[in-house]
Amino acid sequence: MMFSSDNQLYKNYKNQVNNERKIIFLWQLIILVSFIALWEIASRMDWINPLIFSFPSEIFSILLNMFSNGKITSHLQITLFETVLGLLLGTIVGIIFATVLWSSSRLSRIMNPFLVVLYAMPKVAFAPIFIVAIGPDYVSAIAMSAIISATITTLVIYTAFLEVDPNYERVLKSFGANRRQVFREAVFPASLPAMLSIVKVNVGLSWVGVIVGEFLISKEGLGYLIIRGFQEFDFPLVISILVVIALCAVIMYKIAERLERWFIKNTN
Amino acid sequence: MTFLTLDRVSHHYFSKKNHIKTLDNISFSVKEGEIVTLLGPNGCGKSTILSIIAGIIKQSTGEVLIQQQPINKSEPAIGYMLQQDYLFPWKTIIDNVLIGPKIGNNQTEAIKGKASYLLEEAGLINVTHVYPSSLSRGMRQRVALIRTLITDPKIILLDEPFSILDYQTKVKLEDLMLRFLKMYNKTTILVTHDIGEAIAMSDRIILMDANTRSIEKTFEVPLELRDEAPFSVRRHPKYQLLFEKIWQEIEPNTPGTKIVGHQNDV
Repeated sequence: MMFSSDNQLYKNYKNQVNNERKIIFLWQLIILVSFIALWEIASRMDWINPLIFSFPSEIFSILLNMFSNGKITSHLQITLFETVLGLLLGTIVGIIFATVLWSSSRLSRIMNPFLVVLYAMPKVAFAPIFIVAIGPDYVSAIAMSAIISATITTLVIYTAFLEVDPNYERVLKSFGANRRQVFREAVFPASLPAMLSIVKVNVGLSWVGVIVGEFLISKEGLGYLIIRGFQEFDFPLVISILVVIALCAVIMYKIAERLERWFIKNTN
Repeated sequence: MTFLTLDRVSHHYFSKKNHIKTLDNISFSVKEGEIVTLLGPNGCGKSTILSIIAGIIKQSTGEVLIQQQPINKSEPAIGYMLQQDYLFPWKTIIDNVLIGPKIGNNQTEAIKGKASYLLEEAGLINVTHVYPSSLSRGMRQRVALIRTLITDPKIILLDEPFSILDYQTKVKLEDLMLRFLKMYNKTTILVTHDIGEAIAMSDRIILMDANTRSIEKTFEVPLELRDEAPFSVRRHPKYQLLFEKIWQEIEPNTPGTKIVGHQNDV
């Protein structure tokens, strides 16, 4: 009866894992619900200023309203479009820059101080220049978001390229591979996991670029709605938009995470 | 006819503050199809010799000639095998094996046929389309061996390819490797610190001295041992004799070696 008792052990183990997952989810739910409840109560009781912090119930009805009458749709669309494009552009441009730096170690040494400056600079400070140079429309927001992602991507991916085990290069060189072949066969594929994980980082960063861009352009988009709410002292609107942004950013992050996991599963 | 010649090769490692002599006056030659072992402890410069032959680093003085020609970096004449297999984890076994032909733009049907023949011989035909991560270390090292052989390099350099394998896997890989090397009559240089491995695999053993970074002594492996498979060599009486003799050379003060008087037999 060895077999059935082994099965029993496995069942117990699975139950334990399941229970643990349930406990964690329960706690997460408790925290969320009590946060919302506390917020509602605190506002109603005037512990916090309801003019600024509003009520969760009010936020909820504003959101419901915005989505049902379609007022938010165009803003949401433009912001999502900018963010996704900024994310893709930033990641791809960053990888291309990293490739160029890798292709010549002399170039990378020459460029090093300039990259450090670019890396250390708060990129959003460039926003006014972008808007004047490119024009006060969505292109500036995309550019803003792309440059933020691109700088960090360049640095992280270039480092990943350098960290690839040099013995792979040695193997390829023993077959007479040139630098381009070494890149294509070893350095690039070995760095793919790093590229996928930088996409997750870039999701957050491209939102920063887009929202700051929209703050300044003030025509459309979720960033514009925040600024309008701020100027009209309509803080329930501001908080509602923050909730929308949070949801969208989380969904994008989860997609990037899924992509990464799927990729790792399919290559190993 | 000599195939590979090292003529008074020395190598210095230079840094800002000082310089270290990593190789001193190394001269030896290898005939076509011969298997020569560089034997010595870690840090005696044996891997440096391989790197110089492979053209990865340049000697400070002296000459390296392959078929009377100075080494040419652009021509892939050297097959290199390392301690770890360095199979590309994102490529299947067959793609790993065919990476050399791919680099050389030479993926002919003949090469593919050779690949499946060698995989078959090495007992790997069933794992052709899987990824290296699902193979054992011994299997992966066999794949690496086939990857090295597939481009038909003039010289094969083996840098401690058995050192991380367990004993049984190691002896099996030695058998397979020797069979393949003899089959294609490959000129081979093996680097190891394992005396038994050196005797089992090679025709000649060059013992390196760690202090002087030079060649201490050369041993010819008796003909009877050369034709034996590495597994059975280890049970041959002459194996023990040679083993003791090399051991004596490395550790002259080890007591209780009866072998000294029989040196002429070996």
